[in-house]
Amino acid sequence: MSGFRKGKARRVSHNPAIELVGIDKSFGAVHANKNIHLKVEKGTIHGIIGENGAGKSTLMSILYGFYQADRGEIRINGHAFSIKDSQTAIASGIGMVHQHFMLVENFTVLENIMLGAEGGQLLAKGVSSARKELKRLEDEYDLKVNPDAVIEDLPVGTQQRVEILKALYRGADILILDEPTGVLTPAEADHLFKVLKVLRDQGKTIILITHKLREIMAITDEVSVMRRGEMVATRKTAETTVEELAELMVGRRVLLRVEKGEANPGKILLSIKNLTVKDSRGVTMVDNVSFDVREGEIVGIAGVAGNGQSELLEAIAGIRKPASGEILIDGKPIANADPARLRELGLAHIPEDRHHMGLVLKFEEYENAVLGYHRDPKYGKGALLDLKAIQAEAVEKIEKYDIRPPNPRLKTANFSGGNQQKIVVAREIERDPKALIIGQPTRGVDIGAIEFIHRRIVEMRDAAKAILLVSVELDEIRSLSDRIIVMFAGKVVGEKTPEADEQTLGLMMAGIAA
Amino acid sequence: MSTASVPLPNWINYGLIPLLNLIVAFFISGLVVWWIGENPFTALRLLIEGALGRGDAVGFTLFYTTSFIFTGLSVAVAFHAGLFNIGSEGQAYIGGLGAALVALALDQYVPWYVTMPFAIIGAALFGAGWAFIPAWLQAKRGSHIVITTIMFNFIGAALMVYLLVNVLIVPGKMAPETRTFLPGGQLPKLDWLMALFGAKLGPAPFNVSFIIALVMCYLVWLLIWRTKLGYEMRTLGISPSAAVYAGIPYSRTVIIAMLISGGLAGMMALNPVMGASARLQVEFVGGAGFVGIAVSLMGRSHPVGIIFAALLFGILYQGGADLSFEMPNITREMIVVIQGLVILFAGALEYMFRPALVHIYQRFKRA
Repeated sequence: MSGFRKGKARRVSHNPAIELVGIDKSFGAVHANKNIHLKVEKGTIHGIIGENGAGKSTLMSILYGFYQADRGEIRINGHAFSIKDSQTAIASGIGMVHQHFMLVENFTVLENIMLGAEGGQLLAKGVSSARKELKRLEDEYDLKVNPDAVIEDLPVGTQQRVEILKALYRGADILILDEPTGVLTPAEADHLFKVLKVLRDQGKTIILITHKLREIMAITDEVSVMRRGEMVATRKTAETTVEELAELMVGRRVLLRVEKGEANPGKILLSIKNLTVKDSRGVTMVDNVSFDVREGEIVGIAGVAGNGQSELLEAIAGIRKPASGEILIDGKPIANADPARLRELGLAHIPEDRHHMGLVLKFEEYENAVLGYHRDPKYGKGALLDLKAIQAEAVEKIEKYDIRPPNPRLKTANFSGGNQQKIVVAREIERDPKALIIGQPTRGVDIGAIEFIHRRIVEMRDAAKAILLVSVELDEIRSLSDRIIVMFAGKVVGEKTPEADEQTLGLMMAGIAA
Repeated sequence: MSTASVPLPNWINYGLIPLLNLIVAFFISGLVVWWIGENPFTALRLLIEGALGRGDAVGFTLFYTTSFIFTGLSVAVAFHAGLFNIGSEGQAYIGGLGAALVALALDQYVPWYVTMPFAIIGAALFGAGWAFIPAWLQAKRGSHIVITTIMFNFIGAALMVYLLVNVLIVPGKMAPETRTFLPGGQLPKLDWLMALFGAKLGPAPFNVSFIIALVMCYLVWLLIWRTKLGYEMRTLGISPSAAVYAGIPYSRTVIIAMLISGGLAGMMALNPVMGASARLQVEFVGGAGFVGIAVSLMGRSHPVGIIFAALLFGILYQGGADLSFEMPNITREMIVVIQGLVILFAGALEYMFRPALVHIYQRFKRA
């Protein structure tokens, strides 16, 4: 990623491609956008960064016609536009690539690209002209895809390319990408950045929404920072630093490095022996994996997403039955225990996907604060739940973890991503488990909360807990782990110390070196 | 899409929105009545009077309400666990068999208040039993509960006709029904309750089941929102993957939820079988199981909402019957149309007015 040189912005014409003047938007009591002013020059890549809940997505939704601003004006190429819905946005040349793709999984690439622009009642004519146009776009922007491939068979990186082609097919001059690299492997992300640069050099304007500072530095020409609904600064990327941007985002100085002392490993607590796990189709996802985690150490599993780490975590957490092999906690085999039993044995699990596993988003906060532990007699004797005790404990955790807003009766869906993750982290860590397995602890979490969660994980290690960490963020693995195990295609390809350089690890993750 | 996330105060969510939906449903019904040449205002007056105008009218309304509370609760409990139980109709039907067997066995020996607890248990056990097979198939074999419960309605109906025609029929009689229960097998009417409000019950079959229904409302509330089992059911209903993560056993929770649901449906039989006709007859459920789906939907699967929704459908049933009697132009089928419109607006189009109300509310708040 760092290998990119920053290209000069070309074709800067008189009128900015997009100008937002005094955009203001509230949802009930929440003031999501406060008097936002923004200029995006033509033919540039403009980054918008901010923590979760800073108002980035709201702003872009207003630009794309999902929401209407309460006040303010949108000017496109110097002309004021009223964008009532996404159709008007598309008509005025704005295309959006969503974080979660809007593709019909069992349609082909071509069918997806035509969707909504079929042209006439009969398909045949539209199909052939779409095919021609798609070919032209592919050649012009170097975006190769097989038009007849079915979406669900394609890797995520290619699916995203289809989303971009879809926007271009509709004549987009301005592309908005919302957290585009969240689902991509490092190699796919690199490819995406190449594509974006080609698009920019061809005169397209690109708005990149992200909370990853490295991406901003690697690819944008200008960057605007949002904080708590306000646009706090706009900088030329070449003239700013990661530290300055982080400080602007959070509003205070931020430690980007994790501070931790020497590990003090004790006896083996979690032991994986010849573990093989298959997915529902019978494909081997974890292939004969063995390793140990000792008390007082953090073992990080590095690897590109989809190389078996998720299945490994799920097998240890009792969610997925292993096909063969052993898992031992404290010397006791647990390979067939269910998650409830494992919690009793002192295994806590911060799952990769808080929306689908770690939390019930429709529950109130305090209800989620006991998920998985609700059978504990301290939350109610017999069949009944002691809501008072549960709420009192939830309030304690809210204070200790600075969960905002501090309201245990609020629906969990109404908390920002970082605060939702804190709810999960607080629940699992405050049980004082013996072993903790963690998947993607800071995915979609803002910088301030990342710092906090990392510190808590290190504290757990220093309290002699055994910690297994899976993350697709190599930086996170390197800064937290005491030992790094690299997985590729379901197998352990090697073990390194965190001092190993990024390139070596990268090659191992790609299955090239051991 | 843009307004769904805006929170509204409870009095709008649970008061104004249902009221608006109801008014629109009645307005469209009024147009239909006007179109067939009757005066909609007269029709509305007749409907309300027919349901609430006299003591016996109120008694009939509350009698229907009682049945709908049971089936509404039945649907709601399953719904909280993410299961769409379409089989309350059949479970109630089989539940009637349980209630009737208890009544037939005990009515000669003991007074009604001794029979009653056994009858409640009998009805609930039989209803739950009829829900068990679809529940088991769903839990262990993944057979979709909607399909299996629908099929079990048909199987239950055929089974009951067979039993009533061949086994339980009084020898020498033509009617496919059991003998009439003695007072020891009947649930007494609630004349005294009506008398408290200065009304006479007359011939209306409003009976003790109503009180059982209210007790069940409280117990269901307790179950869903105050017990560990209810917590597990709701987790499973909202997010099956989170339930797996939390170690909530899928099969056990599905089966228990369906047993409770079937039990509540079975208890509905107490009302018509032991409270009204004092005998088991064919097709005594009369669609109450299906009305329960609408009641649960309208009542947002909450016992308080279910009581109000059941009352509304009780009024429509009783008032509608009276209306079609007074205005021959308005047939039974017309009443079904009106009920359908209420379900359409209050259930399926629940959120039709929400976006507009959100805009008004926000403007109002800002001002």
